[in-house]
Amino acid sequence: MLRVFRDLLKHDGRFRVAFVFLMAILILSTLSLVSPYDPGRTFKVPADMPPSLEHPFGTSSRGQDIFWWMAFAVRNSLLLGLMTAFVSRIIAIGVGLVAGYRGGIIDRVLMSINDSFVVMPVLPVLILMSFLLRSSMSLFMLAFIMSLFGWPWDARLIRAQVLSLKERSFTQTAVYSGTGAFRISLNEHLPFVLPVVFATTINNMLWSIGMEVTLSVLGLSNVTFPTIGTTIFWANQHQALVAGVWWWLAAPVVVAIVLFLGLYLLFSSINEYIDPRTRLRRIGV
Amino acid sequence: MHKFVLGYLVPRFAQWAVVIFIGVTVTFIIPRLSPNDPVERQISQMMGTGARIDPEAVEHMRAALTEMYGLKGSGWQQYVAFWGRLLRGDLGPSLSTFPTPVTSLIANAMPWTLGLLLTSVLISWVLGNILGAFASYYPDSRFMGVIDVLSQAVRPIPYYVWSLVMLIMFAYVIKIFPFSGAYPPGTRVALTPQFIVTVIEHSALPALSLVTIGMGGWFLGMKSLTSNIISEDYVTYAETAGLRERKILFNYVIRNALLPQVTGLGLQLGSLFSGALILEIVFGYPGMGMLTFNAVIGNDYSLIMGIAIFSIIGVATSVLILDLIYPLFDPRVRHQ
Repeated sequence: MLRVFRDLLKHDGRFRVAFVFLMAILILSTLSLVSPYDPGRTFKVPADMPPSLEHPFGTSSRGQDIFWWMAFAVRNSLLLGLMTAFVSRIIAIGVGLVAGYRGGIIDRVLMSINDSFVVMPVLPVLILMSFLLRSSMSLFMLAFIMSLFGWPWDARLIRAQVLSLKERSFTQTAVYSGTGAFRISLNEHLPFVLPVVFATTINNMLWSIGMEVTLSVLGLSNVTFPTIGTTIFWANQHQALVAGVWWWLAAPVVVAIVLFLGLYLLFSSINEYIDPRTRLRRIGV
Repeated sequence: MHKFVLGYLVPRFAQWAVVIFIGVTVTFIIPRLSPNDPVERQISQMMGTGARIDPEAVEHMRAALTEMYGLKGSGWQQYVAFWGRLLRGDLGPSLSTFPTPVTSLIANAMPWTLGLLLTSVLISWVLGNILGAFASYYPDSRFMGVIDVLSQAVRPIPYYVWSLVMLIMFAYVIKIFPFSGAYPPGTRVALTPQFIVTVIEHSALPALSLVTIGMGGWFLGMKSLTSNIISEDYVTYAETAGLRERKILFNYVIRNALLPQVTGLGLQLGSLFSGALILEIVFGYPGMGMLTFNAVIGNDYSLIMGIAIFSIIGVATSVLILDLIYPLFDPRVRHQ
């Protein structure tokens, strides 16, 4: 594991950039543990101050230090991404393993449900759900709702892998030695699909964090809770651009771009590492 | 022909029906699983405005709202009635602009979204594919390298953040595009040349934002698809035969990598549509996105419901249409 990490760091430029970006994000979110301000309290610092040494990202019209607020925001957005990825991974692995291994009618039914979810425009449905649950919305609830829609692409990928694993001789051996379908899927096939699952985890986090921004901007999440999306929501509420408080919008936008680029570059770097064909092509074999 | 109908057309129509069935069922179930009763919420909201309403009128209103939301009877009866109304094209009246029907609000907003989405998807798809093929055919080109880096940089950024960046850059810092809307407030909406020019001027920045995000994906996809094709024997043969490079590129390389990209377009339509909704909210563009935004602001439950259902049906149908013209691209399906 450590050697893989060192190799990637040495040979892959994208991985290096991703590493630096994500480290910055991680440090920022860890800082939330030692924050001098409670993100729930307003008017603790003078309002509308431009970035300075004392307030690196400036202060908001609500009298909050944006740097420390962003520390909480990034932490919560990351948590949301991880929770969504975790729950939707469970669904994706379940559907993928079963559809791939069972085949036949079960496969066809599961895949046509799967394809419906792929094609469906998720945003209007998510808006409807969050609108109805607005009063009881929490970070966990939001993560749960989004994971209901975040699995289909990855279930298909996993199924495709299982389809080929099923034809391999070790599966036959396991079947003839009387291993049940459940054990085969869990013990024999799951380890092979885990790399793909890991890569798609990052992709799913990108999706869910981005979706959170959209829903929060619409005011459809718990807006008193700092996330990247709610930061933009409050800046919009106070018309930050019109009022000239540009740093209030710049902070979440810059942090979001760093976070998303970092995650995406990590995703494509790992994806390439997992797929030996692209690795060979890069060395020029 | 018989095989084509059974093997190709029937499954497509079946998938179309399944998407709509699942989508509509999900939108039917969600409100009924929600702990908040929309009827009670509506009533408490009206009471909250401070107006004194006598209990009898409240009871009357409760009955009317229950009827309107289709919450009368058992779950199964509600479900059947729900489909019945849907098939008649009745999505109920909007609450914030009572009694305008939801369908007519959607009908007013839809052309804007459709126009914006169609043009930008078409531009980004065509441009992305052509540039992607160029990039793998001329790997040493400096210009393609720049586009490659830009595509990778823009692609992961969420629609909202990216359009905000575009808005700030090109309407706030460098004032070359109008700030918001599709036309200045007070303009008479008519199909005059002057009005069309105004609309194009106002739509340029939203379209540009959609194109820049969308293009990256198609570009990278085409690049990796064609990177195998350019070393195929038939390409080498065409090169040795002295065919013009442009002919090789379009007739041999792009043509053979186009099918996955068409399929990809079908699979992406849903998320592209969602993206366009977000973008409209940022730019204040008067389409479906803005309608959704106003519905959320105005607590208009029936409008949000209508938009969700309409979007699902609309996107599923677009995918079906794309599937139906797919044989034009794929001779194997055509000759079956």
